[in-house]
Amino acid sequence: MALRRETKLLLAFISPWMIGFTMFLIGPMVASLYLAFTRYSIQSYPRWVGLQNFRAVFLGWEPNFYHSLQVTLVYVILAVPMGLIVALSAALLLNLQSIKGKSIFRTLFFLPSLLPVAASGIVWAWVFNPKNGLLNRVIELVSGQQGPEWLSNPRLALYCLVVIATWGFGGGMIIFLAGLQGVPRHLMEAALIDGANMWQRFRHVTIPQISPVIFFNLIMGMIGAMQVFSVAYIFQQADASVSREATHFYVLNIFYHAFLYDRFGLACALAWVLFVMILILTSVQFWAGRKWVHYES
Amino acid sequence: MKARRKSVILVYAVLIGLSAVMLLPVAVTVSTSLKELTEVYHEPPTLIPQKLCWSNYPAALTTFPFLRYLANTMIVVSFSITGTLFSCTVVAYGFARFRCRLNKVLFTVMLSTMMLPGIVTSIPTFIMFTRYLGWYDTLYPLWVPSFFAAPFFVFLLTQFFRTLPTDLLDAARIDGCTELGVLWRIVVPLSKPALLTVAVFTFMGQWNDYLGPLLYLQDPDKFTLALGLTHFLSGGAYNEVYGTAWNLMMAASLVVMLPIIVLFFFAQRSFIEGITLTGMKG
Repeated sequence: MALRRETKLLLAFISPWMIGFTMFLIGPMVASLYLAFTRYSIQSYPRWVGLQNFRAVFLGWEPNFYHSLQVTLVYVILAVPMGLIVALSAALLLNLQSIKGKSIFRTLFFLPSLLPVAASGIVWAWVFNPKNGLLNRVIELVSGQQGPEWLSNPRLALYCLVVIATWGFGGGMIIFLAGLQGVPRHLMEAALIDGANMWQRFRHVTIPQISPVIFFNLIMGMIGAMQVFSVAYIFQQADASVSREATHFYVLNIFYHAFLYDRFGLACALAWVLFVMILILTSVQFWAGRKWVHYES
Repeated sequence: MKARRKSVILVYAVLIGLSAVMLLPVAVTVSTSLKELTEVYHEPPTLIPQKLCWSNYPAALTTFPFLRYLANTMIVVSFSITGTLFSCTVVAYGFARFRCRLNKVLFTVMLSTMMLPGIVTSIPTFIMFTRYLGWYDTLYPLWVPSFFAAPFFVFLLTQFFRTLPTDLLDAARIDGCTELGVLWRIVVPLSKPALLTVAVFTFMGQWNDYLGPLLYLQDPDKFTLALGLTHFLSGGAYNEVYGTAWNLMMAASLVVMLPIIVLFFFAQRSFIEGITLTGMKG
């Protein structure tokens, strides 16, 4: 009887989450799966079309799918490792004992990642503005030559977005720092006594010890980067010359289909394709992670 | 010893260099926001404005309905904080307090939903809110969901509640306190730091949110600051002679950044603890 009372109370207390879970998660997921098989503009009713949306996606009737996927994957491949490397390096430096003023540096590195993307997006749009932006004016001042058209050149525009993503490494750094502080001292000291040099200590003590944190940042970074949207959208708004080609990310493509062209069925199909791809990528990471992620049990 | 000192100097050099890179965009934003437009386009570019043009700020804030956007943002922020604090506290207490097999299962389900990509649910949610509830072009879709316990905050509070001494809670229960009474009279007062962290994160999330307002708001009078600011890009700040009035754009951007910066300096510990905890569950 005691257990039953506990269960009842549990359900009563967590009911707000269960309602939210049904209304804003399971319900919408089922609905979007259904809509993916329909043609649906918001003023009408969904009409069942079978696999037509998915055929459109994979057979290239929807012209942007492969392109947006490619742009997004290249972005993920560049931005995620860059962010991880910079965040880990900064955390390692801030974790050194002989360094003073740690909290000041930590503040300076962390703050940019918290700023509203609407505001920082505008600042970056100006930094990279080819005519009167900061970067090209500095280039002109130093070299006397006209700087490149950062955002209208597809390749450069993508690199610019990677730079901006890397600028927000602060959150990852904070998580790395917490992980580094959890590395047991006795392990480090034992390695030191055994004559391990700095690289060996890093490679064979630090890395395995913080591998769950690296894994977490990798997975979260990847899931986040696959869904990159706001910066690219703001850039397109801010500057008509911004390369549409380079900034046409996957989620932007979904957004345009749903909210500009009123193709909700196709947009849901695209969203589910993204979801399944993220699921596969994450599972692959979990599978690969079993080999290198070291959990203290 | 000498080599060691050299390496310490090198580390400082790297840290200072990185700080400069991180700060540069913010520094030039401040500097540009205080320049006259002639100086913004002046050759060669200057870092420190020749004349501090403070009037850029009132000018920027009157070229778009700043106060209205601020009011809209504050409505969303305050309802969201209220909703999040209420719902997440109750749910987290449930998860922390009533142990049974179902608890473990549901808690795991809740955690795993945090990894779901938002775009899958956002389209049907949009249809539900706009077509079936008629909430298009209102602020409701932005804050109503916060009354249904966001997993991240529930997780954060559950972890905190589990550290509270059970003796104290049991004593209150023996004295005839109901579960809600224990939660309200004992758990909540003891959990102020954790609740503050949740409030700070909710504020930041809603203040910075861009996609939500972009989807749901159409009438410029209803915009939040984040959305209003980018709208301002395409219209307000344009000078016939020079082109984009970047000084005004930067002033407006800074004003939108400012509350986050101020909050960050007051509640830095909350930010760091919240972020750390997300990583530690991994």
